[in-house]
Amino acid sequence: MSSQPQREMNSESLEPRPRTPMSDAEARNWLQRTWDDGKGFTSWFQQVHHTVIGRRYIITAFCFFLLGGLLAALMRIQLSHPENHFLSPDFYNQVFTMHGSTMMFLFAVPVMEAFGIYMIPLMMGTRNIAFPRLNAYSWYLYVCGGIMLYVAFVLNTGPDVGWFAYPPLSGPDFSPGKRADFWAQMITFTEVAALAVAVEIITTIFKLRAVGMSLNRIPLFGWAMLIHSFMVIFAMPAVALDSSMLLMDRLISTHFFNPAEGGDALLYQHVFWFFGHPEVYIIFVPAMGIVSEIIATFSRRPVFGYPALVLALVANGFVGFGLWVHHMFATGLPMMGYSFFTAASLMIAIPSAVQIFCWIATLWTGRINWKTPLIFVIGFFAIFVLGGLTGVMLASVPLDTQVHDTYFVVAHFHYVLIGGALFPLFGGIYYWFPKITGRMLSEKLGLWHFWLFFIGFNLTFFPMHILGLKGMPRRVYTYLPQNGWGTMNFIATVGALFMTAGVLFWLYNIWTSYRRGPLAGDNPWGASSLEWATNSPPPIYNFDELPTVNSRTPLWTATAENPVIRGLRIDDREVLITRVLDAEPDHINSFPKPSPWPFWSAMATTALFVGSIFNGYALYIGAIPLAFTLTMWFWPKKHEIALEEAEGVRR
Amino acid sequence: MSASIANSQQPPRREIDVSALPKTVFGSGQSILWWGTMGMVVIEGTFFALLLASYFYLRTRVTDWPPAQTVPSLNFGTINIAIAVLSLIPNYLAKKAGSSFNLAGCRLWLTIMSLISIVCLFLRWFEFSSLNCMWYDNAYASVTWTILGMHTVHLITDGFDTWILNIMMFTGPIQGKRFMDVSENALYWNFVVLAWIPIYLVLYWAPRWL
Ligand SMILES: [Cu+2]
Repeated sequence: MSSQPQREMNSESLEPRPRTPMSDAEARNWLQRTWDDGKGFTSWFQQVHHTVIGRRYIITAFCFFLLGGLLAALMRIQLSHPENHFLSPDFYNQVFTMHGSTMMFLFAVPVMEAFGIYMIPLMMGTRNIAFPRLNAYSWYLYVCGGIMLYVAFVLNTGPDVGWFAYPPLSGPDFSPGKRADFWAQMITFTEVAALAVAVEIITTIFKLRAVGMSLNRIPLFGWAMLIHSFMVIFAMPAVALDSSMLLMDRLISTHFFNPAEGGDALLYQHVFWFFGHPEVYIIFVPAMGIVSEIIATFSRRPVFGYPALVLALVANGFVGFGLWVHHMFATGLPMMGYSFFTAASLMIAIPSAVQIFCWIATLWTGRINWKTPLIFVIGFFAIFVLGGLTGVMLASVPLDTQVHDTYFVVAHFHYVLIGGALFPLFGGIYYWFPKITGRMLSEKLGLWHFWLFFIGFNLTFFPMHILGLKGMPRRVYTYLPQNGWGTMNFIATVGALFMTAGVLFWLYNIWTSYRRGPLAGDNPWGASSLEWATNSPPPIYNFDELPTVNSRTPLWTATAENPVIRGLRIDDREVLITRVLDAEPDHINSFPKPSPWPFWSAMATTALFVGSIFNGYALYIGAIPLAFTLTMWFWPKKHEIALEEAEGVRR
Repeated sequence: MSASIANSQQPPRREIDVSALPKTVFGSGQSILWWGTMGMVVIEGTFFALLLASYFYLRTRVTDWPPAQTVPSLNFGTINIAIAVLSLIPNYLAKKAGSSFNLAGCRLWLTIMSLISIVCLFLRWFEFSSLNCMWYDNAYASVTWTILGMHTVHLITDGFDTWILNIMMFTGPIQGKRFMDVSENALYWNFVVLAWIPIYLVLYWAPRWL
């Protein structure tokens, strides 16, 4: 046992260590061997690199997207004409609940985090995400939560109480059985996963940036993921707490939401929307980051108004927490509350407008390169502005109470979420697919995808505004011919068909391009940020040499004088840690090696969460394997310590 | 425009040699471990804040607080928090032993902290019965039990963490990272005690004052 304290006790006595002269090829060999997580079945469960986990996250999220889309198609078929009996009322309830829960919790938030996991370490110019094992753990948990929900669904135990599961409907009196329990526990799974990723991303952005990338040089997608992560940290505990209180009311007879025993169902709504409104921004803010990256790259100039854009994101982050009551205007609150939350809801339009104007200015003054990523961003402008306008309408209490729980609201939030998040996300896929796979997507198929989806989207959701104004309520499984809603609903269903076709074109594009698309090269778009400074796809160690940065657009301003980082060990996973504000070198960290224990910990966690739905004692019994696996995860391995403490090979 | 600064082959490149930088640091905001710990602290702090907000929200729903119950007895809760506050001293010494690579000091103070965590958990057991209510009685009882339960989870996890870390300090192998762990573990206990103070005031005194 080496009980000798470390050598590096104060930094004045530090002397540079001897380094080994070697060729670039030799260095690459070392790095490959050091950072490789191994191949094969057992290695798969031990992998911890962010590109590997990020790819899994992206693929998983889009699987859930397709499932959620399938459910939406079922609903559109059911509603295509009056008095349809395609789905039973009970199944319809499960379908709309599963659709909303899938899209919000299993797709929208995870997919944004997925791109953060993949791209942020590359954009920051480092070799892995902070806490890579936690990252792997979060993916296993996310997958298990999603699988649990869908297993319950195919066993006819899918939740049927709406994606926000209000009590008393979701409470023990009106929802006996296990359906609502699975919903509540799925929340626990996904929120733990999301919180873990948020901590990783904040730490990566604050501490693992390339030397020279001071705060005011972080790419806007980095800022967006930073704000996103802070919002996750303050918002997600609310929904996790709320769903836990609901579970306790249902399973162990607490009375949080039971008015007969001093509880209050409205408490649920307050806590839920304290999460639920920021949730919109949690989804939307990363999309804004993607938009900023795409607009700068395809205008071939640095984005206009960088400080304004950053401040707008920060303002979104703060104001987003002061809006939740606008989801509760129909519940009868004090007048003062109405005025305050109306004002706050109108105010959020200001930072959004600032962003739009900065982007327009960038496009206006740039040399535009019309490619699919940019076209999706233009689609985003059109749709999102409409969604924003109906949002301002809904912020006023009289209008809101009129159209509350109607299809007007359904139209509004699909314009905001599909327009504000999915279109930028599709743009982001066309933008980053070459980096992730090394191949370009087809522009031609991309245009088909765009137009089918864009037209289909408006056909589907624009009529819903009118349906809402005509009084069609949300969540009804059918309606009568004399309601006069048939035509609009039929148009909406046709639109859904177009959207489906668009998605099929997209999938076909991915399928063929992945196999034989043209090779992308390092930087096919001539972009400016660091993820384009390495191969496509990036090697497992990300960068041959750790880059340094001399501007906000490093690849556009790089010169031969740009220094590279030397002196890190290449036979151990050493990573350079930099300072929060100015990103100057601070210290070195040996990053974790592959480990099976994040997987086993996630299995133990899953057993505990699923078990506790059926029996409270699962909490106590399940804690034992969880404690064991977590201990094994953190228990130091002799050979790893020996490696980390060795003098090693430096270049 | 040079599209790639990382793959450029032209020697000679200017270099920044970082080989002499330390691997073990203790400043706040310096290590990634510190940021990870703070992330946990903020997440769990948000949980507590929301729970306490729910407590006061539920207070406004009824006329009597606690409704038709006796207030919690003070004895165990007060002794327990007194011990917790006093434990900040050995906790500080453990942190100091960690950041000065003092292995013997780490062993001593971590052992004391491990024992304190057992005492706190033991007293916590009796705290539940001194709440004078059961969680299924009414909403007041539900929220009271949940707050105390939630904090108990923190006592358990931090206690477990301290035990494991202490065992590692005795069995080895030791490296710089372990001393950082000691420091971060102490930081986390500070949070557990800090969160405890408002919780104690709300659970034990709010029913008396409100
Ligand atoms: Cu809202």
